[in-house]
Amino acid sequence: MVSTLTRALGRNIIDFFEKSGGMFILLAQIFFESKTVIRDRRIIIEQMHAVGVMSLPLVTVTSLFTGAVSAWQAAYQFEGFVSLTYLGGATAIAIFMELGPVLTALVLAGRIGASIAAELGTMKVTEQIDALECLAISPVRYLAMPRFWAVVIMLPVLTIYANVIALFGAYVVASTLLDVSATMFFDSVQQFFELRNLFGGLTKSVAFGASIALVGCYVGFKTFGGAEGVGRSTIDAFVFSAILILVNDYILAMLIF
Amino acid sequence: MIEIKKVSKSFDEQPVLNGVELIIEDGSSHVIIGRSGCGKSVLLKHIVGLLKPDEGDIWVDNVSVVSMRRRELYKTRVKIGMLFQGSALFDSMNVEENISLGVREHRMFPHDEISDRVAAKLELVDLHGIQKKFPSELSGGMKKRVSLARALMMEPKYMLYDEPTTGLDPVMADAINDLIISVRDRLGVTSIVVTHDMASAYKVGDHISMLHEGLVNFSGTPDEIRKSKNRVVQNFITGNQVVVA
Ligand SMILES: Nc1ncnc2c1ncn2[C@@H]1O[C@H](COP(=O)(O)OP(=O)(O)OP(=O)(O)O)[C@@H](O)[C@H]1O
Ligand SMILES: [Mg+2]
Repeated sequence: MVSTLTRALGRNIIDFFEKSGGMFILLAQIFFESKTVIRDRRIIIEQMHAVGVMSLPLVTVTSLFTGAVSAWQAAYQFEGFVSLTYLGGATAIAIFMELGPVLTALVLAGRIGASIAAELGTMKVTEQIDALECLAISPVRYLAMPRFWAVVIMLPVLTIYANVIALFGAYVVASTLLDVSATMFFDSVQQFFELRNLFGGLTKSVAFGASIALVGCYVGFKTFGGAEGVGRSTIDAFVFSAILILVNDYILAMLIF
Repeated sequence: MIEIKKVSKSFDEQPVLNGVELIIEDGSSHVIIGRSGCGKSVLLKHIVGLLKPDEGDIWVDNVSVVSMRRRELYKTRVKIGMLFQGSALFDSMNVEENISLGVREHRMFPHDEISDRVAAKLELVDLHGIQKKFPSELSGGMKKRVSLARALMMEPKYMLYDEPTTGLDPVMADAINDLIISVRDRLGVTSIVVTHDMASAYKVGDHISMLHEGLVNFSGTPDEIRKSKNRVVQNFITGNQVVVA
């Protein structure tokens, strides 16, 4: 019983190191293949477009409601202790530093990370990746590199957008339900907001974007076992990148703020 | 010349190739036959360096694809066209993009020549005007022929065909056989053809080798294989079910 447990644990630990090692190698290969970014700009822009189009609706809805909830929640916690004149500032900082970057990243992990894994996984099991290799085209250069940069660039952009929408959501709740006027809300935002909150959040998004793309590509390339394998990869990609986002968030929060 | 030297390969302790020796002379067309699952596709993938042998070596034009660096491997791959058993067309690209991807990426021809060359290659495999169709809109046989056109587009010195006629009607299958022969004779392309189809093997092969239990158990001309006394070979080529004791 104990030995089966230790063995299972041992296998998981080996598996973990193997996967992290594999991802580091892939990351190094992506950087190495990035010498052709200029030449391959068309594929990168295509991917950026896909990332934007696929995630915009979901990001809009998520951030609108997140902003609304965070204003409501903050007001609830302020009750009796803190004046609502601080509401705008408090929600803005929570949104810029934490909620915007993390929730947008989680949405993209589900939408983009999983779709990268499914797409590359399908290409793997139907030998399209082998076919690329046979045409002497590097799959890392042609498939992974453009997706990596597309997500790394687009996630901060989408995060800025999400921040704005979330702030708007917070304002709507504040003004309609909590009786906070627009001037009161935005004065407080201005008073507390510092540029480094925004940049701290965006730094996190860059790291989250890299995690999402890297995990999606890695899991996709490692897919085996037909359609079932592709399904497994899709789920794995979301789970791994979600974990990586939350762990990274903690580590980066300690480093940045 | 392609030389396969004592190549062994196992997957998860399960031996598939077990010391395969084979020499493919330039200008020849070498047919490889063998039961399903005996490792024919695995052998082809070793030649293009998609799989690495556990033991042994593969030489293409006197250099080892096993110990080659990536850059050199890619240079060698440009010389080798591969028709995959499952066609392996790129789903996200239309027929024209599929066929021209290799030459566009390697900038082999001027931009304005590409669409004419694609049309010419499609003509060669008896397909017309399907440049804008996507792989999901094609039949299995059409996919196979598009895949063949894609491989030929790079004007390779070697062509590896993995079951080029399976899934085609007899007329089309014979047309593909003729095509393999004419590619060899007109363009001087050395061919390796993996097949189950003995009619096709006799027609296109000037040399036939049989893979059995991880080894080449017969290698010779079509005439020699017909006369072979080897029971396993006879059973295979006549489709006989008799179990060898
Ligand atoms: N990537 C792989 N991982 C694990 N096992 C593999 C892999 N590729 C092939 N095999 C195994 O190797 C054996 C030979 O497979 P291969 O595809 O070469 O057969 P084949 O001779 O081409 O058969 P067919 O005529 O049906 O195409 C099979 O048992 C297969 O399961
Ligand atoms: Mg096969």
